[in-house]
Formats: sequence, C-alpha cells, structure tokens
Amino acid sequence: MTGKPRHGPSLGRLWTDERVRGAIFQFLTVLGLIAFVWFLVANTSDNMAQIGMKAGFGFLGDQAFFDINQKLIDYTSTDTYGRALMVGLLNTLLVSVLGIVAATLLGFLMGVLRLSHNWLVARLATVYVETIRNIPLLLQVVFWWTLLTELPRVQESKSIAGLVFLNNRGVRMPAPVMEPGMGIVVVAFLAGIVAAFFVTRWATRRRMETGQPFPSIWVNLGLVVGAPVALFLLLGQPLHWDVPVLGTFNFSGGFRVTPELVALWWALTVYTGAFIAETVRGGILAVSKGQTEAAQALGLSRGATMRKIVLPQALRVIVPPLTSQYLNLTKNSSLAVAIGYQDLVSVGGTILNQSGHSIEIVGIWLAVYLSLSVGTSAFMNWYNHRVRLVER
Amino acid sequence: MKKAKFAIAAVGLIAFSGIAAPAQAATLQDVQAAGVLRCGINTGLAGFAFTDDAGNWIGFDAAYCKALAAAVLGDPSKVAYVNLSGANRFPALASGEIDVLSRNTTWTFSRDVDLGFTFVGVSYYDGQGFIARKSLGISSVVELNGASICIQTGTTTELNLADYFRSNGISYEPVPIEDNEEARVAYVAGRCDAYTADASALAATKTTLEDPDAHMVFPQIISKEPLGPLVRQGDDQWADIARWTLNVLKNAEEYGVTRGNVAALARGTNNPEINRMLGSEGSLGAMLGLNADWAVKVIAAVGNYGEIFEEFLGPNTPLELQRGVNALYKDGGLQYAPPMR
Repeated sequence: MTGKPRHGPSLGRLWTDERVRGAIFQFLTVLGLIAFVWFLVANTSDNMAQIGMKAGFGFLGDQAFFDINQKLIDYTSTDTYGRALMVGLLNTLLVSVLGIVAATLLGFLMGVLRLSHNWLVARLATVYVETIRNIPLLLQVVFWWTLLTELPRVQESKSIAGLVFLNNRGVRMPAPVMEPGMGIVVVAFLAGIVAAFFVTRWATRRRMETGQPFPSIWVNLGLVVGAPVALFLLLGQPLHWDVPVLGTFNFSGGFRVTPELVALWWALTVYTGAFIAETVRGGILAVSKGQTEAAQALGLSRGATMRKIVLPQALRVIVPPLTSQYLNLTKNSSLAVAIGYQDLVSVGGTILNQSGHSIEIVGIWLAVYLSLSVGTSAFMNWYNHRVRLVER
Repeated sequence: MKKAKFAIAAVGLIAFSGIAAPAQAATLQDVQAAGVLRCGINTGLAGFAFTDDAGNWIGFDAAYCKALAAAVLGDPSKVAYVNLSGANRFPALASGEIDVLSRNTTWTFSRDVDLGFTFVGVSYYDGQGFIARKSLGISSVVELNGASICIQTGTTTELNLADYFRSNGISYEPVPIEDNEEARVAYVAGRCDAYTADASALAATKTTLEDPDAHMVFPQIISKEPLGPLVRQGDDQWADIARWTLNVLKNAEEYGVTRGNVAALARGTNNPEINRMLGSEGSLGAMLGLNADWAVKVIAAVGNYGEIFEEFLGPNTPLELQRGVNALYKDGGLQYAPPMR
C-alpha cells in the first residue's frame, strides 16, 4: 500500500491504486459470474422451449405407477412422484446413517490397531487400509452384492433356530408386533433412561461433594429394565412376534433386510472405514509423545492412556477430515443405482425417465445432496467446536 | 450411476449447447453435412442389436439405422451407433446426441406427447411377457403371487408390472436392474423368481441362458408394446424421412421387392407402385429432399421387412420368433404400410 494520491482522482491514478484495482477486478469477476449464470439459465430455458420441454415441479403431484421394494413409509404405485422421491430420500438417509455409524467404529478400531505394538495386528490393519483404499468403490459395491447373491436360494435358506432365515434375497427375522398397552411399556423404558441420566448426574455430584457412594448402577438397572419389565408382565405381555413363513416363492411376515441394503452399507462402511482409519492414525500421531510418556509415568495402563489422554486430544485433529469422510459416504451412497438399491438417485432416475423432467429431477438431486452435506458439515463444526482445546 | 451421470450430462448439454438448438435445425442437412447418421441402439440384445464376429453392430434395430443411412447418405455403413440403456435413451434423443432412436422402444401416449418425440411407425408389435424356471411348476402369471421379479428400470415394463399386479390384487417384490445383461445375471443367480420384459427380448435372453430348456416364457402377454423408431418432435421433414424409410421396408415386402431383385426392378417394371417407390416414375424422393433412388439404396442395403425379420429374429435364428402379428396384413398380421403415391 502506498500513500494517498496527492492530486485529485483521475482514471490513471485510480488504476495504480492497488486497493481500487482489486475492487475493480472483484467487481468484474462478480459481473462475469452473473452474466455466465444468466446465460446458462436463459440458454437452457430457450433450448428447452425449442424442443418442447416444459419446466416446473407440478409433475411431482402426478401418480408414479411404479413400485419400490424398500420403503420406510407407506407407498404404493398409485402414490405421487413426490412421495416416491421421499421414499428414495429416506432410503438414502438410512444407508448413509448406518454407514456413518459403522464406518466410524471400524475406522477408529483400525486406526488404533494400525499403531498397535502387536506386529501381526498392526500389519493386518495396514493390509486392510491399503487394499480397500486402492480399489474403486463401485467395484466393491458390486463385489459384495454378487457375493450375497451367491448365498443359498430361498428354498434352501439357512435357518437359525427356525426364526431367522438367510438366503440370497436377504435376511428375514421375526418382527415384534405391538399390541395395545405396549406403548406404555415403551414410554416407561424411555422415561427410565431419562431418569437414569439424572440419577447418575446427581450421584456423581453428591460423591464429588460428600464422598458418599450411591449404588446408581442398581437403581438405574431398576429404572431402565426392572420397571418396564414389571409393567410388561403386569399388562399381560402385550407383544408377540411375527415369525417369517416360507411361501411358494418368498418368506412372508417378519422383518426383512435386502441384500442390496447390506451390500451397499457394508461396501460404504469398509471403504470409508479405511479412510477414517488413516485420519485417526494421523490424529493419534499428532498428539505429542510427551503426553503418552507422562500418562505412563502416572501409572495409567496402555488402554487407559489411549482412551483418556490420547484420543480426546487427537479428536481435535480428527474431526475436520472426518467430516469430509461423512460427506463422501453420503454422496457415495448414490452408487446404489448399480445394484438396484432404490435410493434418491435410483428413484429419481426412474421418474426422470418416465416423466421426462430431467432438469427438475437433476435440480432436486443437487439440492438434496447439497443440503445433506451442508447439514452434516454444520453438525460436525458444532461438534468440533465442542471438543476443541479449552484454553485457560 | 451410468444413468445419473448421463442425465447430468444431458442437462449440461441442454444448458451449454449453442443457440442453434438441435431440434430447431433441419436434421437432414445436419446429417448430410456430418456425413454420418448417429443412431441410438440397445447396449446389447440378441436379435435386435448385437455384434457380429468382426465386432460390427447388427440386428433388427441396427438394420433400420442402416436403412435410414442408406436413404439419407446413400451408404448403409455411415452409421455411428450410440449404445443406450433404457433410462438414458430419451435424454440422448432430446439433447440431440443422436438423430434417431431405434432401440426396441414402446410407442406410448406420454412419450409421444409429453416427452416431445415423434414415433414414426411400428417396426415390431410386441407384448410384455415373463420368463421363469420350469421347476417352479407354475403355468400362469397370476400364480406369481409373492414372487420376486426382475425388471429393467425406466421401461414401460416397470409400469405395466405394477398395474398388472395391482389390478389382480396380488403382491410381488420388484428387483429393479439397470440393463438386460445385469437382469439376466440376477435372474440366473436366483435373486428373482421371474424376469419380465418384452416377449421378444425374453426370447433373446432365453437363448443366452446356460440351459434354455429349463426355463419357460409364459404364453400370457400382459400389455401392448408396439416398438418402433422415434425422432425429436418439431422437424417434420426428418420425421417424414424416418417414417417412409420404415414404410419402404414393409411395402417392399408386400410388392416382392428384395435385396436380390431391387437393382433389376429399379430399371422399371409394369407395376406403377414399384416404379414410384424405386424412383423410375414420379418424384417421391425429391419430395422428401432425397435422391430419386433413395428407396433402392435402402432395400439394397438391408432387404425388405420380411428379409430383415428372417435374418435376425425368424425361425432360423436362435430366437426362433414367428411372424405372428408382425406378418403383413395380407398374411393375417398387423404390418400395413400406407401406399407410395
């Protein structure tokens, strides 16, 4: 930055002023960007008009007339495109949430194991990470799905105690069917968990203050398990199990997990888990060795050192890259199309094809994945803020 | 994945393509300027679109591409084949990536009206059927209550299936698959009890199974599936060319014009219908903006409708399909082309 212009402002002087020049460039860039976006929108609507395509989201109210095999909410082929998309979105969320939970557990375990002092364990973890990270995810999804279709056929299902059945159309297990009165038991159970939380907090504070122990484990067990079980028996066991029965083609009744869901979930878990393992290993290595040595000098066991000293500090390093892994997993779930798991992209693709509203469907895809990603990021940023080093 | 990527690409194409939008332009001039016809066909379906030993695309649908190229460019080899799945065929045509779609596509109201395409005729009258293992011991589709059924996504089949089972009050588990080959794999692995598609496609698929005799195609047909080529709406000249190329194939069979005798007949006959079609009388070619001998080139390249059917689908092929409703009207079928006048 130089001094102020000595004479009145002129064009040449303005140009030599770094600040003004910067502002002009920024202004021009924004202008260019707006012009570009405007061109895209105008050109798209022009071209769409010319080939007779009608834009608008009204078609979402039309009847879909196709079926979806896995639905978390009620849906039949006479429902609307909009509802079909909702079913697809829920399927995306289901596999993403299941994948994120499992990949986190697997990733942390493998990351820690890779630093194990046990040669075999550490090498096995290394082989896992290096193999999985270097194979395209699509191949892994198809691989696991193909493997699952090699399971026994329906008629030759593997059965566990005549209750759980495993075949190449997935796993079928007894489903609980609630009768009137079961709701009270569930409420009692949830209330028990809440009460147990407060009891524990109160007991901890009292112990801190007075040093008197309180048998909170037994009290909590009574609250969470004892009370609901007593209520359950008192109400005459208002619950029965819907056991799967083999029909001509398939089992009916019970609760079913499709091989498509399992294959996609497992592939996403294993793949993302390998990346998380590396992130975790990096985070742990970032914690200064002095911390470990100090903990050991205090007599903490290796496990306790990891749990109470190293991991909490490593978390601050781990969380930001972990966020991108979660985002990746959610976005990668769209590979569901390859194996016929009906997620948002799969259902949207069918609608796109049946209705021809490609611009709108692609727009919905973009908007949904963007919101999911922004939502995940916001949550992880909040969490990152929480676990950050509190400076005193 | 393929589908998603493709749809996005198609949207991108619509967004970025120049002001000279594909549909507005005269497709005939574009094709002649490019010197090649871009024709959308199946990714692989025995009889309809498959590769010969040398790796060239041939088949019932591919033959139409060759016929149109012969009419427009005078050379049946000037075709660029674009292999499309059931789901990505329409974006490909709408965005102008292909000039014509000849991919066992069912002519329906919404595709004709709402999607902005023009169907130029019916090349094959088909219907939706089912294939299942004989060992299941069933003989009727209604007995498939509770079965898992493989379907190709993005087809009319998917909709017919839902309609049929709903109207009959029976249940099923849909197993949606992206293309015919993957559906076959899923069916063979036993992921589904039955596979449903157009009856012609099932006949084609059956020939590729390990033990074809262990499977049966049900006699029941649950829908009308008139298959035919289609073009973008809005270019009537191009639609006329595509329509009358198809009609030439059918008329040629009716008048007994074959690949073998077309050159001789083109010099003039005592049948004015043949003379007008082959250009020795009248000026039908010029009305379409084509050469007078356009129909001669078409028939010389691929033969008449009957010859194409025999070559790729008929009893001497692995598909062993009978003409049935696809016979000419005078033989008791539905194939009937308007006169060349």
